[in-house]
Amino acid sequence: MDFNDTPQEASFRAEVRAFLDKNATRKAGANAAVRARFVDDDVIRRAKDWQAKKAAAGFAGMTWPKKWGGREATPIQQVIYNQEEQGYVVPRGVFEIGLGMCIPTMMAYAKPEQLERYVAPALRGEEVWCQLFSEPAGGSDLAALRTRAEPDGEDWVINGQKIWTSGAHFADYGIVVVRTDPNAKKHEGLSFFFLDMKSPGVEVRRIKQISGSSNFNEVFFTNVRVPDAQRLGKVGDGWKVSITTLMNERLAVGDAPGPDVDDIFQLARTVELDGEPAIRNAAVREKIATWYCQAQGLKYAKFRTITALSRGQTPGPESSITKVVSASKLQDIASFGMDLLGMSGGVMDPDLTPMNGWFQDAMLYSPGMRIAGGTDEVLRNIIAERVLGMPGDVRVDKDVPFNKIPGGKR
Amino acid sequence: MNFDFSDDLKQLRDQARRFLTERCGPAVPRRVLDGEATWDEGLWRAIVEMGWTGTAIPETYGGVGLGHEGLCVLAEEMGRAVAPVPFASSVYMATEAILVGGSESQKSAWLPKLAAGEAIGCFALAEGPGNPSPKRIKASVARGKLTGVKAPVADGSVATFAIVAANDESGRPGLYIVGLTGAGVTRTAVTTVDPTRDHATLTFDGAAAEKLAGSADGWAVVERVLNRAAVLFAFEQVGGAQACLDMAKNYAMERYAFGRPIASFQAIKHKLADVYVATELARSNAFYGAWALATDAADLPLAAATARVSATDAFHLASKENIQTHGGMGFTWQFDCHLYYRRARTLASVLGSQPFWRDRLVEGLEARNAA
Repeated sequence: MDFNDTPQEASFRAEVRAFLDKNATRKAGANAAVRARFVDDDVIRRAKDWQAKKAAAGFAGMTWPKKWGGREATPIQQVIYNQEEQGYVVPRGVFEIGLGMCIPTMMAYAKPEQLERYVAPALRGEEVWCQLFSEPAGGSDLAALRTRAEPDGEDWVINGQKIWTSGAHFADYGIVVVRTDPNAKKHEGLSFFFLDMKSPGVEVRRIKQISGSSNFNEVFFTNVRVPDAQRLGKVGDGWKVSITTLMNERLAVGDAPGPDVDDIFQLARTVELDGEPAIRNAAVREKIATWYCQAQGLKYAKFRTITALSRGQTPGPESSITKVVSASKLQDIASFGMDLLGMSGGVMDPDLTPMNGWFQDAMLYSPGMRIAGGTDEVLRNIIAERVLGMPGDVRVDKDVPFNKIPGGKR
Repeated sequence: MNFDFSDDLKQLRDQARRFLTERCGPAVPRRVLDGEATWDEGLWRAIVEMGWTGTAIPETYGGVGLGHEGLCVLAEEMGRAVAPVPFASSVYMATEAILVGGSESQKSAWLPKLAAGEAIGCFALAEGPGNPSPKRIKASVARGKLTGVKAPVADGSVATFAIVAANDESGRPGLYIVGLTGAGVTRTAVTTVDPTRDHATLTFDGAAAEKLAGSADGWAVVERVLNRAAVLFAFEQVGGAQACLDMAKNYAMERYAFGRPIASFQAIKHKLADVYVATELARSNAFYGAWALATDAADLPLAAATARVSATDAFHLASKENIQTHGGMGFTWQFDCHLYYRRARTLASVLGSQPFWRDRLVEGLEARNAA
């Protein structure tokens, strides 16, 4: 066992570092960038500049075919790039969905001339894409979606509502799955399109989260016309196309952000509990030990995955354990960090509380981590079914025409 | 990145699994559980013949020289098989004590015998309830004679010699090699929750004791042994946890209730998903422990504590949820679930319990932070 790069990996890592050193700033402190999670116009502008630089240097869409601007990189090279980029202050949260999910779906289903038109501008960061999947009636049960598309001449006319759409308020284009046949069975009546987010009848409303941020939106469709030429896959094959997108999501979903165990360890060293540093307290030590085991376990599970990639093997759905562990850990660490502050645990003013109110902030944003990109419950189903090989759930709605399925709370 | 066992060691693992499946099916620990013997001597002899007792012993001392990664691979299989043999006591503890604390002549005298199975070692640290601490050591050696009572000692009735923690004339703790077949030693059986493993009280009244050279470092030599053993035990615990997960899943796939396999209920799926997650985290931490052990890394104390805490939690969870998944049948003597439930508990105690190791883990973080 060792943790060393192969000679090829080492030389690629050096190439990545040279690019990052030249074009980005190294992170100074662990929690310096926390407060800048909000994507505003300035972040979008900086993200577009950064994306253009990455694309010019061949570090965007790395695993894509060369003819689409990629470098046909191996998965391990992508891992190396991501590892290195983490050490630098770079804008995030603008292109991940478009380049990670939307464009790969386009590559699988769009016509060559459409790819000529859309791939390069997306890669260079000139156009932003979003993914319009979830609905008020269909989150974890995505195929329960009710947004309708009806044919009208060469077009389809879309009516309905999407929700939890990240980045819809700054996206130029979107991919959307809609119901084209309500008389068909649930998974068979869907079709898939891409559309211009500036189309008449598209209305985007920001959703304010409990953290006060607004990272995602409701998107309303009122008689939105989409040309049939923008259909991806056959009519009625929308579910199959969606699965292509979601397989890419599974690869994209990673660790929850901090504070992590090292941060609460530092907090426990600096604050007092009962007249001595909190870290002397047995209950505090026990908690920290447990979180450390989880954090290290995830780190080394990832190393095992990277080893498999490095050897040219395909890692399985085992990687679903990362989010299921790290999201809950984050929520618990945030709350315990506040416990360490005793009666002022709830104070958020950066001047009045340690670490700029990071733990208080995290208490408010962590619940979303357990839901976004697959809820804890869905991820446990994935582990049970795809890793352990246990049977799927009994589906009472599977062989019933969609418009005969009962529903509630929509 | 090369964070996995080599193909050679994976072959060793497969070979070990085949051997133990054939020679140590559930009937074997069960025979010990139900019978008078506290171990399976035939199985032990077969294991010695396979050379496993000499896995991490260098060839110059009569071992196989496969190193500690090889031993980790075997430990996982021993855990999976709940093998009723003194492998852990003799190999992870006594052999390790001599490897890290023995003088050249002590190594030459003992390691070949341990490799060949002519000597079986045990580790006599505990003196009643409590976790490892120099403050708890009352046993003492004066002019080469040991006096004191050690209990419980895993494999104390089976071993031919013990590595005993005791104080010297000046009250300084250290480790001693003590033969168990000579004068001044009384062994009494101790009943534990896991009768598939031998336990005894060892009473010393002037038994001949030879100081382990590493005792010059005092208590530190005990800690070195504990850290190394913690990694090896972690693999045993991971093997046990994986066996429980496999059992629970297989049963859930076959057992029908309400007209469907119980494996199709989310209450069962999510439970076993949690066991899978705990086991994989523990396995990953054990891997890092294996690396730290094999390379004698400065990080070993922290890596060992992390592997130990993680693996103890995982085996505990897996063994209790295995019973739960089996329902009432899981609580019967007839089903094998309790073999693992018992073993999980013995392994959780043997090197000191979770509060002790969690505290050591945070001590490791503090030491790293200070560095």
